[in-house]
Amino acid sequence: MAKIHVNAFIGRENKNAKLKLENNSQVIDLLKKLKINPVTVIVSRNNELILEDERLKDNDEIKILSVISGG
Amino acid sequence: MNCCSQKPIMEMPSGERLCKTHFTEYFESKVFNTIRKFDLIGKEEKLGIALSGGKDSLSVLNILNKLSKQNPRIKINAIAINEGISGYRDRTLETARDFCSKNNVKLHIFSYKEEFGLNLDDMLKILKVKPCTICGIFRRYLLNKKSKELKLTKLATGHNLDDECQSILMNQMRNDIAASARLGPRTGITQNEALFVPRIKPLYLCTEKEVTAYAFINGLLDSFNECPNAPQAFRANVRDMLNELEQKNPGTKYSIVNSFLQTLPFLKEKFKGGIINICSRCSEPASNGVCNACVYLEKLKRKVEA
Repeated sequence: MAKIHVNAFIGRENKNAKLKLENNSQVIDLLKKLKINPVTVIVSRNNELILEDERLKDNDEIKILSVISGG
Repeated sequence: MNCCSQKPIMEMPSGERLCKTHFTEYFESKVFNTIRKFDLIGKEEKLGIALSGGKDSLSVLNILNKLSKQNPRIKINAIAINEGISGYRDRTLETARDFCSKNNVKLHIFSYKEEFGLNLDDMLKILKVKPCTICGIFRRYLLNKKSKELKLTKLATGHNLDDECQSILMNQMRNDIAASARLGPRTGITQNEALFVPRIKPLYLCTEKEVTAYAFINGLLDSFNECPNAPQAFRANVRDMLNELEQKNPGTKYSIVNSFLQTLPFLKEKFKGGIINICSRCSEPASNGVCNACVYLEKLKRKVEA
């Protein structure tokens, strides 16, 4: 089964991660791989919010923004 | 189930999936319903919005600005406090200025440096205290004092469902139920209004995730950074625990706050007897003869002079 590559910006850590995922992976699979609780983030692709069951595509640029703020 | 043919962007605890337009409608309706349900805003008000430049306070301001445009008898003013936290507050204040300028909202900025002679970073070099303790005392002091000077009828804050839920559990764990009696969607109202400007929390029933999504959709998420002093171990632990529970049992936070609301009238009745004094130095509210802000200012003065 082919793999896909996804570039994810992780807002809370202010860093980018390149991940290899199974073909047909969903946003939830990406979050699980990064050990991120979906309750604590919103996820966007091309500046549009996407849900946890959204299928990811090869070379997707994903932003994972923390909902937790302080001050 | 999807709300319409548009792509869904948020899933509700009920399982309903809302598109951008319907989510915005849902969120704003929820805030207006919260305002009605808890009688947060009257027919004629001069409202203040405590503005940090973060997603919560900008979302409150955005919605109350819409309300003000619909009801000219509701005037709004934004108040921002510049504590003097390098690398953090300058950026959020820039976002606040930008929003107010574009939306024609009057913004008042008050700084620790001008009001107390020192900014927070300097205070923390002088006194060995938890940053959030001293910062909270001075911020609350200035917000109340300046709200009175501006003759504001109420002060709206960006506290959301997650904030309230964490505070309820933290007070339980500390066995400090008197502190819980001071929570709720409107506070300070039963006290002396000449001393306290009542506080209201329009986002009381909105989760942090909902607020973030609303802010993202409406372009209010520009300055999304965290106060360098923010990580308070205890609150962070409670927050993480609640988020794990919410993931496993959606609706947990709402249930905690909803059940708390049913007990709140009893708590307010039980703890209503507290006597509020007037600070002998600054005439602001105080639980003792001198308010906490004046106590800390005195400590700072002594250390600087030593």
